[in-house]
Amino acid sequence: MEPWEEEGPEVVKRFMYVNRKAPYGTIYALECLEVVLVAAAFDQDVSVVFVDDGVCQLKKNQDTAAIGMKNFSNTYRALDDYDVEKIYVEAESLEERGLTAEDLIIPVEVVAADNLREIMAQQDVVISS
Amino acid sequence: MSKMLHLINKSPFDRKNLDSCLRLAAAGSSVLLIEDGVYAAMSKAAHADAVSKRMEDLTFYVLGPDVSARGLDDTPLIDGINVVDYGGFVDLVVEHDVAQSWL
Repeated sequence: MEPWEEEGPEVVKRFMYVNRKAPYGTIYALECLEVVLVAAAFDQDVSVVFVDDGVCQLKKNQDTAAIGMKNFSNTYRALDDYDVEKIYVEAESLEERGLTAEDLIIPVEVVAADNLREIMAQQDVVISS
Repeated sequence: MSKMLHLINKSPFDRKNLDSCLRLAAAGSSVLLIEDGVYAAMSKAAHADAVSKRMEDLTFYVLGPDVSARGLDDTPLIDGINVVDYGGFVDLVVEHDVAQSWL
């Protein structure tokens, strides 16, 4: 048995994915969603955060037919199936855009920056895009 | 003086493109919001006042397909912004002497 094959106590790390970009202007939002879904298969403690223009990724009623791009907004509904249940949206970012939780495609936990700061500080790994 | 069409394709929350355009666009010019620039058209968002202030001397347009893509068909847009389709985009380019993309 090689050293890396040794079975030890399983280490669960806290991973946080921070989305800060709008959905279609760049590829970041789609790429991050795919990374989250892949990472969710590894039984880690995953949380997903939406701040700044990232909150626009979750806007309801997206219809991309006329711009010829894939509408991936429904894929956020799959996060629940992958047991990704910690989904945070920063209250300040919603407010700045005149949006509320009712405008979003999935149930989320709306948190103020003061709370989000503490949640972020508890992570082992933070990946931002 | 040439009639200018200003193109904004970046979110006003992410970049200063819209702010700079609103500061520097001459009266009588047109501004077309496309791609992530369409977030500037949301009437309840933070930049609505800055856009409304220049409603009197600039004409504002927003590209409908980009509004729909971002789920904003159910979201109020600033009063007086004209929604155009791709054909309307072409017409605007033809009608203006110069098109300036704020990148």
